[in-house]
Amino acid sequence: MGLASEFSGYVAMEWRGFNQAPLDDRQFEHNQFSLSVQPEFYTSWDNDRQSFTFVPYARIDQQDSERTHFDIRELTWMKVAEKWELRLGIRKLFWGVTESQHLVDIINQTDAVENTDGEDKLGQPMVNLALIDSDWGTLDLFILTGFRERTFAGVDGRLRTPLPVDTDAAQYESSREEKHIDWAARWQQTLGDWEVGLSYFQGTGRDPLLLPKTNAAGKPVLIPYYEQIRQTGLDVQWIYEDWLWKLEAIHRDSDRQNFLAATGGFEYTFVGIMDSSWDLGLIGEYLYDDRDDEALTAFQNDLFAGLRLTLNDAQSSELLMGVIQDLDHNGRLFSLEASRRLGESWKLTVEARLFSDIAQSDPFYSVRDDDHIQVELAWYF
Amino acid sequence: MKKQYLFGLLLSLLSAAPVFAQTPEERGLEIAQEADKRDMGWQDMKSNMLMILRNRHGQESKREIRLRSLEILDDGDKSLSIFDHPRDVKGTAFLSFTHATTPDDQWLYLPALKRVKRISSKNKSGPFMGSEFAFEDLTSQEVERYTYKWLRDEDLDGRAMFVVERYPEYAHSGYKRQIVWVDQEYWQPQKIEFYDRKNSLLKTLVYEGYQQYLDQYWRPAKMHMDNHQTGKSTTLEWNDYEFKTGLTDRDFDKNSLKRAR
Repeated sequence: MGLASEFSGYVAMEWRGFNQAPLDDRQFEHNQFSLSVQPEFYTSWDNDRQSFTFVPYARIDQQDSERTHFDIRELTWMKVAEKWELRLGIRKLFWGVTESQHLVDIINQTDAVENTDGEDKLGQPMVNLALIDSDWGTLDLFILTGFRERTFAGVDGRLRTPLPVDTDAAQYESSREEKHIDWAARWQQTLGDWEVGLSYFQGTGRDPLLLPKTNAAGKPVLIPYYEQIRQTGLDVQWIYEDWLWKLEAIHRDSDRQNFLAATGGFEYTFVGIMDSSWDLGLIGEYLYDDRDDEALTAFQNDLFAGLRLTLNDAQSSELLMGVIQDLDHNGRLFSLEASRRLGESWKLTVEARLFSDIAQSDPFYSVRDDDHIQVELAWYF
Repeated sequence: MKKQYLFGLLLSLLSAAPVFAQTPEERGLEIAQEADKRDMGWQDMKSNMLMILRNRHGQESKREIRLRSLEILDDGDKSLSIFDHPRDVKGTAFLSFTHATTPDDQWLYLPALKRVKRISSKNKSGPFMGSEFAFEDLTSQEVERYTYKWLRDEDLDGRAMFVVERYPEYAHSGYKRQIVWVDQEYWQPQKIEFYDRKNSLLKTLVYEGYQQYLDQYWRPAKMHMDNHQTGKSTTLEWNDYEFKTGLTDRDFDKNSLKRAR
């Protein structure tokens, strides 16, 4: 009874411009146009206690054949009861509190061809049971049925490693390869002004090691190698007046590595600056990773400083800009994201990334000439 | 909202005769307590809100929000707002546990990232969704939120009103004072003038089309807020009020935020 259905989504045009010549002459030169679409079908019944959601996604890219791709972001049946929630199917979810990177967030694979911020994710097949109690919090249990490989820019694409990644030749530590079943658990609770999350994951690591190999055609390439890992994560946020204090920390171990990484810092908001309705947020975060091998992570000892401007206007105008400074070398990553609604159904988003003085040992060295600006115009229906 | 029994016996006399030896402050508090008492017991509420923003050139922009509220007797109410329109913010949801004199607890759900964010709420004077309504104008109005002073009784559009001035107790309120015209039949506001911290008139809110639900609870069909300093205005049109629908705390937790539709 009471079947409620809706259909919504967006279609977006995107242009990316690169001002410098590529490092590899197989890569395209300056302009990249693409079109993406994400419809969403939702229906609920049983007084909203059960629902079904289907969200496919596709992008067609003019330059990079690997960026032209299709994914099912969500295909989920959900059942809600007083003490539990059960979800079966393909889903996307988020864990964590920090802004500069998302260490704790491990369930979904990064859809890395989409954007450099790592916030676009591939749909993950799962069974998820949440046990809910107002006294002790929410305990989420996950069985992750099937692994998603990370996407990488193709031979023609910008923003890639010096050698292209051959995703068709991925290797796994587990003999079950991408059919290995992973599991995870997460406890989450609000304790007054504190938000606390504790998580554990065991299975195929989402971040591959990239191994230099020769492909079937005799060309040098990088092969993604997916390890079996165990990862424990902690995320904490404390609210004090206009301050948000945040910490994310992980411990990960596998046959080849065993390390600690953490991001911690604050966000302070000036509300109603200069007698206006504008809010200005200042963000500071420190990024730490105890791995000595600089090839494995860009953020061993780095500082993020950011600024978030929210105009609180009818067009929901927002601006987020920041810089990650490498404290061991001179390297800096600049990032800007601004968006504004146009009329009732359009949204304009402008993003820019600049890579400056990147050290040769840094993973970002291969994209040092890939400074770019990105403009997206999306129509929502 | 907090139960106040103290003046219970006096209340039936209130509109009948002036109470002897009562200061304007006592009378103001008494009116607020009576209004609170008469609106108690609705348990939970669902409603749909159409928000129309107008800039000083008369250009309009619309938002559609579904609201669910849970009455909490010894604290501020819990509320969940779900955005349907504009389409780019569809699925965004906002959960708030309001408190009379301390910061509210607030969480925001961002559907594109599937991210629940606990947000800072010390400042309740910021605009709600770019409108002329501040967060503190829309959250539940516990008696403890203000101190009061009765000014006078007068007619407004042919209806008898109590005119009461109230002063926010919350240190970070955007207002120095408000003047409220309380309808003597509905025990609900018909008009509120908001004075900023410099004590100049900032906004006027006018209520329209009160209707009674479950033979007790009066709710407006429209609320119109004019900002005198910017020339902007916001109209809220309320539809499909439902009470006692059986919502529980579980419909107002972080899990419900993620699946709000």
